[in-house]
Amino acid sequence: MTARLVLRDVDVQHGRAKVLSGVSASIKAGQIVGLIGPNGAGKSTLLNAIAGQLSTKGKILWSGKPVDARDIGFMPQQCQVRADLSVLEVILLGRHEQLGWRIADDIMSAASRILAFFAIGDLAARSMQTLSGGQQQLVLLAQRLLREPQLLLLDEATSALDVRHQMHVLRLLKDYVARTGALVLIAVHDLNLAARHSDTVMLLNGGRLVGHGAFDTVITPDVLRSVYGIDAEFIPSQSGISVILPLSPTSIEANPMEETP
Amino acid sequence: MRDGYRRASARRNFVLIGALICLALVMVLDLTTGPSGMPLVDVWHGLLAGPAGDDRMVATILWQLRMPQTVMGVLVGACLGLAGLQMQTILGNPLASPFTLGFSAAAGFGAALAIMFGSLIPLPGFIVIPACAFAMTLVACALVYLIARLRGATPEILILGGIAVLFFFQSLQSLLQFLASPEVLQQIIFWLFGSLLKSSWTSVTVTAAIACACLPFIAGSTWALTTLRLGDANARSLGLSVEKIRRHTFLIVALLTAGAVSFVGTIGFVGLIAPHVARAMVGEDHRFSLPLAAMTGAIILIGASVFGKFISPAAVIPVGIITAVAGVPMLFAVIAKRGQRGLA
Repeated sequence: MTARLVLRDVDVQHGRAKVLSGVSASIKAGQIVGLIGPNGAGKSTLLNAIAGQLSTKGKILWSGKPVDARDIGFMPQQCQVRADLSVLEVILLGRHEQLGWRIADDIMSAASRILAFFAIGDLAARSMQTLSGGQQQLVLLAQRLLREPQLLLLDEATSALDVRHQMHVLRLLKDYVARTGALVLIAVHDLNLAARHSDTVMLLNGGRLVGHGAFDTVITPDVLRSVYGIDAEFIPSQSGISVILPLSPTSIEANPMEETP
Repeated sequence: MRDGYRRASARRNFVLIGALICLALVMVLDLTTGPSGMPLVDVWHGLLAGPAGDDRMVATILWQLRMPQTVMGVLVGACLGLAGLQMQTILGNPLASPFTLGFSAAAGFGAALAIMFGSLIPLPGFIVIPACAFAMTLVACALVYLIARLRGATPEILILGGIAVLFFFQSLQSLLQFLASPEVLQQIIFWLFGSLLKSSWTSVTVTAAIACACLPFIAGSTWALTTLRLGDANARSLGLSVEKIRRHTFLIVALLTAGAVSFVGTIGFVGLIAPHVARAMVGEDHRFSLPLAAMTGAIILIGASVFGKFISPAAVIPVGIITAVAGVPMLFAVIAKRGQRGLA
């Protein structure tokens, strides 16, 4: 039976502000789900809630059980590393619970494979302090994949990458999903990226889930206007997926910003 | 890649072996220096002969006076080095040391209390001061721990709680000094200097027992501490119980510090510098940096002891003063070496 992530009436409150309200969804594993929405929509909050980093109301179940930390690979938004650790050391820490005084051969082999998978083997001996933000992001993503999680939660995990690396990483995620049958939930701001690389999308606005399904059924010109406050042109492309070209903002005050964790 | 990692690990092991040799050398040097002097050959023969050796004078000086001081110096330096590195790791702060959270101030207050009112405490005379210093250190730890339990064991809460405790015990210490007679005040100030002259085999046994009791936890938390260096958000998302490891490590630091300072008094800078030296030499993998911080702490303290006896053989200068004076240029040297890559 395919695993499934079930969200049932999930609420999250920060102080008096309700930042997530009554989110319910049932998401089948074996796909990449793009989590989209304007700033303060609740994308990061939802990922943190699923990862068990926040106290929540409602139910969050993975394969019918509460989410276990061992099932997930979570990459939060702010995760720059300032320590003087080498890239290989950081990758190995992805399995810190299994490391002993001597690094087991199978873990070292898995780390080598993941570095090769991400084409960052040449960085292995470099200190994290000497890497760019984008390179650090790649390393930390590789670290999460070393855990071989069945549920991968990525909060803007490609935001610091250039276009080529963004495409490379999203292709790798697609391969990973095809190989392992995992579920990847990735918060993204770039709607075109979401359209091209997600199997389905979840659209959040003001802490509520306002759309869930295939990208072209969720994102329409009217939705862009009401949720994002922009007028946009949908330009057909050769791939069959329309390219969204933002034209002009309608009104900025219509979208009050909320604090994200 | 694997070969590169093996080479890096081998290099770190060489550094550890080098530090061990260095520690052995300074220990021998410490045993050969003292008010009565003793050539290396005599020390060697005295060591081989054991405490019951035929040359009673050599046996007494070596086994009853110098050896406890040397071994105590190693233990105290190692405890402070270990406590310092763990403290800097859990607080993510390169300025942290075992004394940041008010442990030394509490120990000083406990000692001052014992010096002033020791006769009222129903304990054998030789143990009253260390027992009170130890107890007060644990009281300081309990206060900060309580604050962390109530408000969350974040670095900010721990540091702020620690600073409050530090000022509290410093004020109480000042009050006792104000109330003390000149003779008692002199004793309090001498205790606060930190000196290995107070060592005995009893203090060695107690401090060693505390260190040994802490070692299994320290050894078991090396990877958790290394993971914590990735930052709270990363560590937490990798399944690490950040607050739990912080609270447990904090208790270990309190025990190590209490064990170290209760018998010999306040010794500053070792717990601050040893971790920086260790990280600069072997990086942030705590499998290597923890043992190196311990050995570096021991080398610094024994080196200070040798220096103190060398420049003033008749009236040995307390190591606490030497480590404080020598600590400043050492810290500058570490900062210069680390440069723009930062100390954290």
